[in-house]
Amino acid sequence: MTEKTVLNATHRALGARMVDFGGWDMPINYGSQIEEHHAVRRDAGMFDVSHMTVVDLHGARAREFLRHLLANNIDKLKVHGKALYSCMLDERGGVIDDLIVYYLGEEFFRLVVNAGTRAKDLAWLERQAKAFGVEVKERPEFAMIAVQGPNARAKVLGLLHEVDRPRIEKLGKFAAAAAQGPHGMPLFVARTGYTGEDGFEIMVPAEHAVALWEALVAAGVKPAGLGARDTLRLEAGMNLYGQDMDESVTPWEANLGWTIALDEGRDFIGRAALEKQKAAGVPRVMVGLVLDDKGVLRHGQKVLTASGEGEILSGSFAPTLDKAVAFARIPAGEPGAIRVDIRGREVPVRLVKYPFVRDGKPCEGI
Amino acid sequence: MSEIPGDLKFLKSHEWARAEDDGLVRVGISDHAQDQLGDLVYVELPEVGSAVKAGSGAAVVESVKAASDIYSPVSGEVVAVNELLNDKPETINEDAFGEGWIFLVRPSDRAELDELLDANDYEELIENEDH
Repeated sequence: MTEKTVLNATHRALGARMVDFGGWDMPINYGSQIEEHHAVRRDAGMFDVSHMTVVDLHGARAREFLRHLLANNIDKLKVHGKALYSCMLDERGGVIDDLIVYYLGEEFFRLVVNAGTRAKDLAWLERQAKAFGVEVKERPEFAMIAVQGPNARAKVLGLLHEVDRPRIEKLGKFAAAAAQGPHGMPLFVARTGYTGEDGFEIMVPAEHAVALWEALVAAGVKPAGLGARDTLRLEAGMNLYGQDMDESVTPWEANLGWTIALDEGRDFIGRAALEKQKAAGVPRVMVGLVLDDKGVLRHGQKVLTASGEGEILSGSFAPTLDKAVAFARIPAGEPGAIRVDIRGREVPVRLVKYPFVRDGKPCEGI
Repeated sequence: MSEIPGDLKFLKSHEWARAEDDGLVRVGISDHAQDQLGDLVYVELPEVGSAVKAGSGAAVVESVKAASDIYSPVSGEVVAVNELLNDKPETINEDAFGEGWIFLVRPSDRAELDELLDANDYEELIENEDH
């Protein structure tokens, strides 16, 4: 049985093409994926991300628990409302999931984890939390709408209660706060996203989600499907769990080294394995590729380098760049001239530093 | 979605064939197919002069989502390709049964045309697919 978000009928009424996404019936586009992509880069678009899993952690030792659970250091969060991106690793250093954690109180943290990993994440959290006496509480009563784009914040601010506006307008990047939306509905507004644009991700009680969505449409925010979300995050250089990393990959091999905090004396799950791999030499690296010729880089295509074969992880036509880009995992070492096997043809590609796009514009060297 | 022109014949895999007055067969994909694929971003055209075989891959269309083989409805020699698609693959999204044609074949066996679905059969096929 496929699950439906509270906005399902709204998507269908808008003429969305629906697909199964990790067991959820979700809109892939409402007509043109490319137009939706551009709407987010140039103005403001929104995504129903209610399928994502919200989990609250309560307990006197919640922070201590997160020090142990996460590869990034929860102690970077010093101010209420601040958020942190982190991997959750198994003992072998493999990535169980990537997530965002919000600091809402000394005894209260909120996690947002992926939809496709919900069951195993909850099981892992329950198991690890026991020793710390931390309560793990899923919050399925929340819907979530991501409003993204250069004009996204302004359009959202216009819908908030006026007493909340100045405070939410000043909200820093990667921070969240409560606010009142249309008709006084209670919102949890986070200045985060998965597109490389500014904007908010808004949690809203399910019973108010349709009204919020409609108010956003009326404010000129264009509905966008998961198709555009995927090309936007790829251009922005953001990993997709399940495609770019999973348990068989360490953060070093997924270009997520920046999220590993090897602070002294903090014994987080997977740390020993990560340190061991680092000392021995990380065997594979994740790189960005650009195809200047015609054609499209796709997941699963073989990548040929001087140091051996690799494969394309996420690959797609990138609408902002009008050419194909990809993440690939290749053997460490000097790669030489890189080629990708596209239907039996060896096509030369360029290795680049990514993100490919930031704040609406191609990055230098792309 | 646009009306299916009555003079077209179809493969189940959504390619159309139109027998032109000069005996050549023009090939494209249906409006239903382009709608399913979404925005097209690249078309790999066959080479002019190459041989194509009925039911075998002759071209590739790539949408943002995926790459799809395009099968030739008839056997023969490719005598022209729609060069417009090199720069404007989205022409197929805009006009699948017209300006968005893909290649033109000099058929070696015109009887193959009779084995294709007619417009009514094809319409029935996609209606059933939607349910």
